[in-house]
Amino acid sequence: MPADRAYVAVADGEPLPADGPVIVSLKRFQAERDLLLARGEKLGLRLDASESPEQIGADVHKLALIVLHVPYFRDGRAYSWARLLRTRLGYKGEIRVSGHVLRDQVAFFARVGVDSFDLPRPVSEGDVAAVQAEISQVYQHSVDGRETIWDLRARRRQPPAS
Amino acid sequence: MYRYDEFDALFVRERAEQFRGQVARRLAGELTEDEFKPLRLMNGLYLQLHSYMLRIAIPYGTLSARQLRKLGYIARKYDRGYGHFTTRQNLQLHWSQLPQVPDMLVDLAEVEMHCLQTSGNCVRNISADHFAGAADDEIEDPRILSEILRQWSTLHPEFSFLPRKFKIAVSGSAADRAAIMVHDIGIQIVRNNQGETGYRVFVGGGLGRTPFIGHEIGHFVAKADILAFVEAIMRVYNESGRRDNIHKARIKILVHQIGADEIRKRVGREFEEIRQSGALQLPEQEMQRIAAYFRPPDFEGLSHISPEFEHAQKTDVAFANWVKTNVHPHRMPGYAIATISLKPIGQTPGVCSSDQMEALADLMDEFGQPEIRVTHEQNLVLPHLRKRDLFALWRKLDALELGTANHGLVTDIISCPGLDYCDLANARSINIAQEIARRFADLQRQHDLGELKIKISGCINACGHHHVGHIGILGVDRKGVENYQILLGGSGAEDASLGEILGPGFDSEGIADAVENVVATYTQLRHGGERLLDTYRRVGPAPFKERLYAR
Repeated sequence: MPADRAYVAVADGEPLPADGPVIVSLKRFQAERDLLLARGEKLGLRLDASESPEQIGADVHKLALIVLHVPYFRDGRAYSWARLLRTRLGYKGEIRVSGHVLRDQVAFFARVGVDSFDLPRPVSEGDVAAVQAEISQVYQHSVDGRETIWDLRARRRQPPAS
Repeated sequence: MYRYDEFDALFVRERAEQFRGQVARRLAGELTEDEFKPLRLMNGLYLQLHSYMLRIAIPYGTLSARQLRKLGYIARKYDRGYGHFTTRQNLQLHWSQLPQVPDMLVDLAEVEMHCLQTSGNCVRNISADHFAGAADDEIEDPRILSEILRQWSTLHPEFSFLPRKFKIAVSGSAADRAAIMVHDIGIQIVRNNQGETGYRVFVGGGLGRTPFIGHEIGHFVAKADILAFVEAIMRVYNESGRRDNIHKARIKILVHQIGADEIRKRVGREFEEIRQSGALQLPEQEMQRIAAYFRPPDFEGLSHISPEFEHAQKTDVAFANWVKTNVHPHRMPGYAIATISLKPIGQTPGVCSSDQMEALADLMDEFGQPEIRVTHEQNLVLPHLRKRDLFALWRKLDALELGTANHGLVTDIISCPGLDYCDLANARSINIAQEIARRFADLQRQHDLGELKIKISGCINACGHHHVGHIGILGVDRKGVENYQILLGGSGAEDASLGEILGPGFDSEGIADAVENVVATYTQLRHGGERLLDTYRRVGPAPFKERLYAR
């Protein structure tokens, strides 16, 4: 789905708007936690590639959105951060990826629990589906719960033809 | 060997078509080279000095006759009629044309092959002991786990953009023919006191510019848990491996910087969590399904002694010499394993022509060999030969220039392609290998020197494994001139060790002389049946330095 534009990204040191959902950095969240949570608005948090979601602590469940920033397409940490959010941390809110991401990478991100993309070239759900359709089956279990080739085999178990 | 079912087959076909689309977008100018590069790299396509190079995956080094024949066909149709077998058990075609690569991938897919993950910062082709299923010291065929890992790692959604490439090797024996100690992950199949098989896991080995021997972080990982354990390692690496400096990005650097104990702790935490979730328990049925493909062939009940084989060795000296080095014990009586040397004196190590590939495939059919193996030492192996067939086979191999009797000897040299092909190289390596082989061509002398592994790399990336050569040679660029350093004391086997640089390097004219001097020092100092490696370990570098750098 397209990025939810209702959020306003607020840079560190910039004043917060009077109302409406905002996205802030981890540093700002840690410094102004109580104030941010008291706003009574949806709150988004932006993590840089080097910031593990574990640094958010128990507050993770108070967040409506977590933006994982990818500085360059080769930096693959966000895949593990997304997965960690969905498994160890049990995060149920929206995960969005921003930054420098190649067309073919959105399929991988969708598998590890990412919901939306905020990229220079907008990515729709249809785009994700189109990329995923190019390789129609997957070998590994992941956060998306897709049926794997191993599952498909288990369902129609047959002896190997030798 | 493993055969694709409809799922595997569809996967590689779709992958080939996907790449066709990407190539079309590139040729139409819709993608820049910068945008196209990561896509082609994920399909094993490099842009080298003169041309594109396609690196074809040969999972755990096993090929059927049909596949080998197809490789010969592809190399002739799309390339220059030969290929280069690599130290990762792959095949490289160095003169590929971009518009033809999608057709090459389709041809490969027809015989259940691909170029998936032969480059890029992902889990690379899984390598394994080339004697798998045949070695007399084997606990279990390492290719079963290798195939499981191949499938699990193929287009892994979380681990396709690691800090750096990631190499896994599996051995099923105590003897290490897969160099597992110098891989990012090395797995040894072991048996515990209760008679159960499991996995001993090493992490953080590697060559390149900063070589390390791997650390054991799993003493006995239960079979059902191995994917969870490997995934735990991958996750710790993906999260914590360095990304600020390409030369410090391999897992070996992380292991070195935070220490093996800390890695053990972090992996242990991830492992417990994955294991408790049960998501990565290796399905027993799937393991059995894959294992069934690696069931040994139906061996005949043969006697240990084959009179034909014994007789031929007595009457044909050249054959007897080949047997001495290139024939190895098999676990079944009356059978043997044979190494086919791709190191004829004066030729390019690891090169095999299309004609040879096709002729070999015919020989496989003739001698009832369902598979052939590629070794990380750039040779081929026929794993299940009847001893009584060996003489007839060898004569045919010899006629194809594939009967060289030098496996494990000084002329069985590992060499990367070097500056003749590779745009990373600082120096040529093939010509050095050829010159050294010519110097030591005398077979009697080779036998006298015994096992002596020379490994040559044309740059510090160490594709030629120079760190683990008994004699390692590293080509460097010194002010625009090729210069060659000598390392001594390395081993990539179960007694793994890293070679030490002896001193200043030699120019391309002097390096073969220097190797002669190293060998002469060894023959003066050796005790009994000591190999050069053993002598070096006993006496250290001093006498070698003295001889090499004497004024």
